Amino acid sequence: MRVPKTLPVHLLGIAIVAAVGLSACGSTSTSSAAGVQLSLVAYSTPQAAYEQIISAFNATTQGKKITFTQSYGASGDQSRAVVAGLDADYVAFSLEPDVTRLVKANLVAADWNTSKYAGNVTDSVVVLVVRKGNPKNIKGWADLTKPGIEVITANPFTSGGARWNVMAAYGQVIKGGGTQADGVAYLNALFANVPVQDDSARKSLQTFTSGKGDVLLAYENEAIFAQQNGQDIDYVVPDSTILIENPSAVTTSSKHPEQAKAFLDFVLSPTAQTIFAKNGYRPVIDGITSPYDFPTPSGLFTIADLGGWTDVSKNFFDPKGSIMADVETKIGVSVG
Amino acid sequence: MADATVTLPRSTPRRRGGVASLNTGTAFGVGIATLWLSLLILVPLGAVVWRAQRDGLGSFWDAVTTPQAVAAIRLTVVCALLVAVVNAVLGTLIAWVLVRDDFHGKRLVDAIIDLPFALPTIVAGLVLLTLYGVHSPVGLELAYTRAGVVVALLFVTLPFVVRTVQPVLREFDGEMEQAAASLGASSFTIFRRIVLPNLLPAISAGTALAFARAISEFGATVLIAGNLPVASVHIFTQIETDNTVGAAAVATVLLVIALIVLIGLDLLQRWAARHA
Amino acid sequence: MPKYALRSVALGYLTLLVGVPVGLIFWRTFEHGLKPVIDSLTDPSVLHAFRVTAIVALWAVLLNTVFGVGVAVLLVRHRFPGRRLLSVLVDLPIAVSPVVVGLALILVYGRHAPIGGWLTDHGVKVIFAYPGMVLATMFVSLPLVVREVAPVLEEIGIEQEQAAWTLGANRLQTFRRVTLPAIRWALAYGVVLTLARSLGEYGAVAVVSGRLIGKTQTATLVVEERFQNFDQGTAYAVSVTLALVAIVVLILINVLRPKEHT
Repeated sequence: MRVPKTLPVHLLGIAIVAAVGLSACGSTSTSSAAGVQLSLVAYSTPQAAYEQIISAFNATTQGKKITFTQSYGASGDQSRAVVAGLDADYVAFSLEPDVTRLVKANLVAADWNTSKYAGNVTDSVVVLVVRKGNPKNIKGWADLTKPGIEVITANPFTSGGARWNVMAAYGQVIKGGGTQADGVAYLNALFANVPVQDDSARKSLQTFTSGKGDVLLAYENEAIFAQQNGQDIDYVVPDSTILIENPSAVTTSSKHPEQAKAFLDFVLSPTAQTIFAKNGYRPVIDGITSPYDFPTPSGLFTIADLGGWTDVSKNFFDPKGSIMADVETKIGVSVG
Repeated sequence: MADATVTLPRSTPRRRGGVASLNTGTAFGVGIATLWLSLLILVPLGAVVWRAQRDGLGSFWDAVTTPQAVAAIRLTVVCALLVAVVNAVLGTLIAWVLVRDDFHGKRLVDAIIDLPFALPTIVAGLVLLTLYGVHSPVGLELAYTRAGVVVALLFVTLPFVVRTVQPVLREFDGEMEQAAASLGASSFTIFRRIVLPNLLPAISAGTALAFARAISEFGATVLIAGNLPVASVHIFTQIETDNTVGAAAVATVLLVIALIVLIGLDLLQRWAARHA
Repeated sequence: MPKYALRSVALGYLTLLVGVPVGLIFWRTFEHGLKPVIDSLTDPSVLHAFRVTAIVALWAVLLNTVFGVGVAVLLVRHRFPGRRLLSVLVDLPIAVSPVVVGLALILVYGRHAPIGGWLTDHGVKVIFAYPGMVLATMFVSLPLVVREVAPVLEEIGIEQEQAAWTLGANRLQTFRRVTLPAIRWALAYGVVLTLARSLGEYGAVAVVSGRLIGKTQTATLVVEERFQNFDQGTAYAVSVTLALVAIVVLILINVLRPKEHT
């Protein structure tokens, strides 16, 4: 078979034309956007909710002409990306320290959490996700440290969700009258039963639904999300658990601060909070009807009860010499 | 992947005579190439190394000697070495079969070799996890074990040795082998004394690349490693905990190991060429 | 027969390592027929992601092709101080974890870095935009063209080029009329490998793209996003499409390449 000698050269020519052409139409489509465009940078779990909230916002008179670019990823990654220069008008993270990072970089006002809901837009609780029908008969925290039980959680050094898990596990010991040493002993026993720690909460959910483990520590809304997607799981809300609070903020670098603030206000409106509730999040405002009965555990506690994120981050999650660094070292997992 | 023996001085005097000496054209070319490589590779990697020692050499040393960092580097290097050895043997064997053997569907098999290159590594990780994870349909539960990490690495490094050995083998004519056979040498002796020495530079080049790829792989191993401390996952964890200095330090160690291996094999090739 | 033994070892290894896993992806993708696959592939954000991937991959291929041939010629045809170092440097990107590539590019081209800051002041956004994604993709696929072309250049020697010079051809003419035709298949193969690698790149691009849906989200980022949201159908469909593009091009090159070795 004889082929024209110049074939690859022609291919190269076609590639040049295609690359230039594609780039050209890429730039025209972005510049043609009219009106105000807001950039939403968020952690990964509320993606479905935010997509619905944005279309509801676009239906209001205020939000009619506002378009959005959306970016979802691991909470810490997203927070770091904003510091590194990713444009953001509205940020939503899974926990406070990721906003604090932006405050330190002068990208979010220092008084962001002085609003009525302390800067939070959604709540949730840490639950115990089990296989359909609860074959291992998991009822509470005490069952997780039994021999032969496999517990799945993400790695608290990479995942915000996992930090909530750790603080729930530790806090319920304290709440039950235990000392700090008892709490640490429980964490050691718990993590001895953890065979795999993924880097994000959503990946640990995937690991669990693919068949690994007996119990998954997760947000209540993640458990509901998995059920909505037809996964064969049940979940147990323990009597004592932590209230998860997810913060959001408007950035100071925003070119459209007015519209960004309007969006944040809308996120706290009954319409948006109802959408959150439908997606399994506990609303922060009262009087929202929801398809899920969000039971309030008798022993519900908050991160403030455990000293607040600033102290907790230092004592539990500093890569050097913290409680969790110690726990992880004992089972040979990579920390800082 | 083709032969990485570009700089191999197997060139005869005839060829060397034709090589251009340092002149304006060369200098211009070298300048452009250096600038390009600098902007793309040297400056960014230099920035990583620079960041690694930002807090002084002491903290660099501390970062790479934490038990986790040592465990991560050791596990990664051991797995990568294992992967390199398996690749050297089986890669050569596959190249041999693809060049010397003939069977239906050979071209398809030939095209499949590059597939691990084309699949997004994250997909490769997912599929290997489905195949060799819990409820493994083939009955091999390798996920979250060292064996699982090695399999994932073997998958992504498959093309390197095959693609470096193949062209050399194709080029290598059977005359010497026939001569040796007519003199009564056994096929093993022929392979050991005639074929292998000629393939060695290509095998070592491919193995070096496979090793280099293996110590750096992230996407395919992140899912399958579980609690095992793989170096690139360790680096990722450091970045996640805002410890870029620690991340850069471990990355620097890996870079140095890779450089040593690449340079070492380059020297080995030169030596092999001189003694071939 | 040792021949059959070798063949079965090679094929058995390939089947277990590549055949079964890749077969599994295809089976998962098409187990519910073609329609869901087409539906997921025609989703606007998926289509946009394919376009982003195409733009990034084409630019990376283009620049790496031009540069790769240049470096290969330089390495084989010229002798200069630091030549061996250059040769090792070209291989180095293979040894760099994609996570580190992302970190490195942000350290240099991020908004707070000297070079990145200067570029931002002059209106050039590198990180979280196309230039950064192209840089990351070029970084990981850099060695491929060089490593394909260089050995062929070495193999063909220099006689024909010298003959062309003797006949009065200048360097460019010689390259276009003599060298290029001789290396064309190696070059084509290198280009295809670069394309394949560019299509599949995930780790480094994930860091420098900012994952803006409908803007900088590439096909591999869609795979991750959809998989995490239990939309496995789309995740597999997009992966298979990426792999198919690469396979088709690879097979095309294999079929077109003249059978006799030149």
